[in-house]
Amino acid sequence: MAHSYTPGLTVTEQTVIHRRRILSLPGIVLVTTGEIVRANQVVARAELPGKVYPLNLANLLGVAPDEIHEYVIKKAGDPVNKDEILAENKPLIKWFKTEILSPVTGTVESVSSVTGQVLLREPPRLLELLGYVDGRIVEVIPQQGAVVETNCSLVQGIFGIGGETRGEIVIAVTSPDEAVSSRHITSGMKGKVVVGGSFISSDALARAKEVGVAGLVIGGIHDKDLRALLGYDLGVAITGTEQVGFSLILTEGFGTIPMAGKTFKLLSAHAGQPASISGATQIRAGVIRPEIIIPRAAGTSIDHGATGIPRREGIRIGDQVRIIRDPLFGKIGEVSGLPSDLQKIPTESDVRVMEVRFEDGSKTVIPRTNIELIEGA
Amino acid sequence: MSVPSPSPNTSVPTSPLTVIVATDCGSTTTKAILIEKVGNEYRQTYRGEAPTTVEAPFEDVTRGVLNAIAEIEELSGRKILDGDNIITPCRDPKTGVDIYISTSSAGGGLQMMVTGVVQNMTGESAQRCALGAGAIVIDVLASNDGRLPHEKIERIRTMRPDMILMSGGTDGGAVTHVVEMAEYISAAEPRPRFGATYKLPLIYAGNKDAQPQVRKILGEKAALVLTDNIRPVLERENLAPARNKIHDLFLEHVMQQAPGYKKLIEMAGAPIMPTPAAVGLIMETIAKREHLNLIGVDIGGATTDVFSVFEGLFNRTVSANLGMSYSISNVLAEAGLSNIMRWVPFTIDEQTLRNRIKNKMVRPTTIPQTLDELQIEHAIAREAIRLALIHHKSLATALKGVQQERTISDVFEQQQSGMTLIDMLKLDLIVGSGGILSHAPRRVQSMLMMVDAYEPLGVTRLSVDSIFMMPHLGVLSTIDEQAATDVFVRDCMVYLGTCIAPIGQGKDGDRCADYVITFPDGREDRGHLSFGDLRLVPLASGQKASITVQPAKQVNLGAGAGIPITREVEGGVVGLLLDGRGRPLQLPPDRDARVTSLKKWYQAVDLYPKA
Repeated sequence: MAHSYTPGLTVTEQTVIHRRRILSLPGIVLVTTGEIVRANQVVARAELPGKVYPLNLANLLGVAPDEIHEYVIKKAGDPVNKDEILAENKPLIKWFKTEILSPVTGTVESVSSVTGQVLLREPPRLLELLGYVDGRIVEVIPQQGAVVETNCSLVQGIFGIGGETRGEIVIAVTSPDEAVSSRHITSGMKGKVVVGGSFISSDALARAKEVGVAGLVIGGIHDKDLRALLGYDLGVAITGTEQVGFSLILTEGFGTIPMAGKTFKLLSAHAGQPASISGATQIRAGVIRPEIIIPRAAGTSIDHGATGIPRREGIRIGDQVRIIRDPLFGKIGEVSGLPSDLQKIPTESDVRVMEVRFEDGSKTVIPRTNIELIEGA
Repeated sequence: MSVPSPSPNTSVPTSPLTVIVATDCGSTTTKAILIEKVGNEYRQTYRGEAPTTVEAPFEDVTRGVLNAIAEIEELSGRKILDGDNIITPCRDPKTGVDIYISTSSAGGGLQMMVTGVVQNMTGESAQRCALGAGAIVIDVLASNDGRLPHEKIERIRTMRPDMILMSGGTDGGAVTHVVEMAEYISAAEPRPRFGATYKLPLIYAGNKDAQPQVRKILGEKAALVLTDNIRPVLERENLAPARNKIHDLFLEHVMQQAPGYKKLIEMAGAPIMPTPAAVGLIMETIAKREHLNLIGVDIGGATTDVFSVFEGLFNRTVSANLGMSYSISNVLAEAGLSNIMRWVPFTIDEQTLRNRIKNKMVRPTTIPQTLDELQIEHAIAREAIRLALIHHKSLATALKGVQQERTISDVFEQQQSGMTLIDMLKLDLIVGSGGILSHAPRRVQSMLMMVDAYEPLGVTRLSVDSIFMMPHLGVLSTIDEQAATDVFVRDCMVYLGTCIAPIGQGKDGDRCADYVITFPDGREDRGHLSFGDLRLVPLASGQKASITVQPAKQVNLGAGAGIPITREVEGGVVGLLLDGRGRPLQLPPDRDARVTSLKKWYQAVDLYPKA
């Protein structure tokens, strides 16, 4: 298998990315191709049909379903106000009169003579879709949305929670192997994207929430702290809708793992600049990884010759890799050998392996599936 | 039907097939196999695999298919591809194939929502129908499911299924509830998972008298298809017409939206099947051909499918979030740490284990590199398989709500309707599939994982799918049953052996049973099995032996407590497993005692290499 390695996470100083901004239901696109947009600008809008309220008029009036048309005052499609009369009977004695009032303001969706049911719908709710990143519209998809292109620095994380947000980058620690504790989180970090080192403690997470940081970018976290933060044990890595007060992005994984030097250096170089981040992760069928996008200054020309993330054909000697499985989880080295024959590992499985050399000159043999290429070099 | 369906390749040869290439497009990997007629029989000769390319940056499933076939080309020396086309039919002995066929579960498979009127009657029938067609059922709505009308509408609104199956009511019965459900669906305006602009396929398979009203309410809002009632009378299910419609709509609508599938459908010489439907088909075929009661399990990265055929009745369930990579963390959440740790023959602190499991979840393609990591994954697999069977038992039931005739002899043994069909004592064969079972470094590891998870009773044979080719053979069986059977028997099934497990419990060391095994050469092996013993007796594949077991007074092997049995048993690559650990299987509650027992059992069957 020529492809038996995990494509890595991108950490790159300069790239051009496209983000599709698509409404979840058809609506109006508010931008045009070539237009410059800001991250917080509305690019498309849709009307989400209002909530539906069923009301069984036949039961409420004590009549047969096929008789309700004789009692309803409002027809399908009519507007209705809260507490307005929807249906009423006409008894001979006024005392026995029953009036059915609308529980909501909206419209009458349907009146059924089979079930005796009336469906009322509340007014539609406006859904606004933001640009998410500063950039230029390169494609408009009628009724659905647009594609934003931006020239930026990009860091992909391995896992995250929480949706899209923005803020100025602030570095909380002095080195990538320093853990973030509550003393590192200051009130000045409100609304900012805080970058830490190898780990964040549960009290620091609580402090970040209290201060109101926009996002946290950290090397690792303990599973038990994530569970406490979410209030449940996350079973499947499909995230992005959590509301814990901030978006959290892990760059390395679970446990105490120093942030890759390259990632830390890149983010440090952009301290003070605004970034768009998203914690949304979907590992199955889609491979959406969390991301930190730092747009380059407006007016910076886009080098279309080197756009996008280069597509790799395979791994080569000299490539920088990260080991992503115990017992050497998190270690970074360089590929020094790619034997083609299968080799037996301690579990007795015969697998494709590679030789990795570490900074201190030591070497080890690792299954190819247990490394991750550090891309965007 | 607004979307015209591309027809499969029309160049299907009328002469017998001699060379077949088949692929299964999975969530992560596309697996291709080559089947050739060698002499008078069909054999699987080469295989290749490549990453599935449904997602960005490729967004074309056929890229992965062509890459996987290219690997077969390299290995076999046969020219199969001409640019981006598969050469059909064979031009000469080294060029082309007679047919290309495929299954698919890429992009999350087929996700359905089903509705019924009474949850455990038509609701369950609809669920069985969708599951049997290879779908993942994301919700079952019913008039009596305990949710208020507006909650139902809200739920339908927020879900994005690929398809909806509506059932409810017997033919000629009341229409009110099923029409009410149609009104809820209409009000919710459900949207499909893929493609913002096409209508959601909706199959109505309920009371036929409600068809006009359903058509009136939903005809404009969905791509509505009407078919026969899945429960025409309370006493009978009629799932086939609705299942066929699901397959048609899967091809005509859902797959049209997935990237590259139009091209894939055109390339294939037979309709593309959802992977689980193809696996189910082959399991059902084996069970019927050999008159077996069987349970099959396919444990993947994201889901675990369980298939069963008991007394000819086929059932399938999918546990959507029990798997060994993407969903591994959910196995921990559902089973609990202590249930996983009970299979691990060493101690490890909770925080380290939890972090390791989460790291596997976020990097799902990694493999265990050390023995302790392998043992932890095997422990998790036992729990995933066990939980998936519990789920299966709850749905593979006799029809609920059916009146039963009782006689005076039933006075002391009255059973409720809707009992599970799974009777472990009547089970003949367990078939395992999926990476962790098919690719375990030692076959005995697969056997013990299944024995520990399923706790088979009495005498049960076990096997695994050698390289996960059941989906390919399932779809092949629809066009050439002989070819599918040949390959299944000769290359797919690896018989592990037979497990003999007495029912009963006793103190470790107490007598459980005495046995005499008579081998084909006339040699006899006599022995005593004590409680707490696990013993492996070699008996090669293809060999049969006779075993007579005399259980202790309180112990049962299916004939009754203390009653001896004599059976012909078949061997396999592992052999005969004599399991004296008792049923139900109870592990010592004390941690040190449990680790000691596990080590003893694992050594007794040479489960792992010596550390």
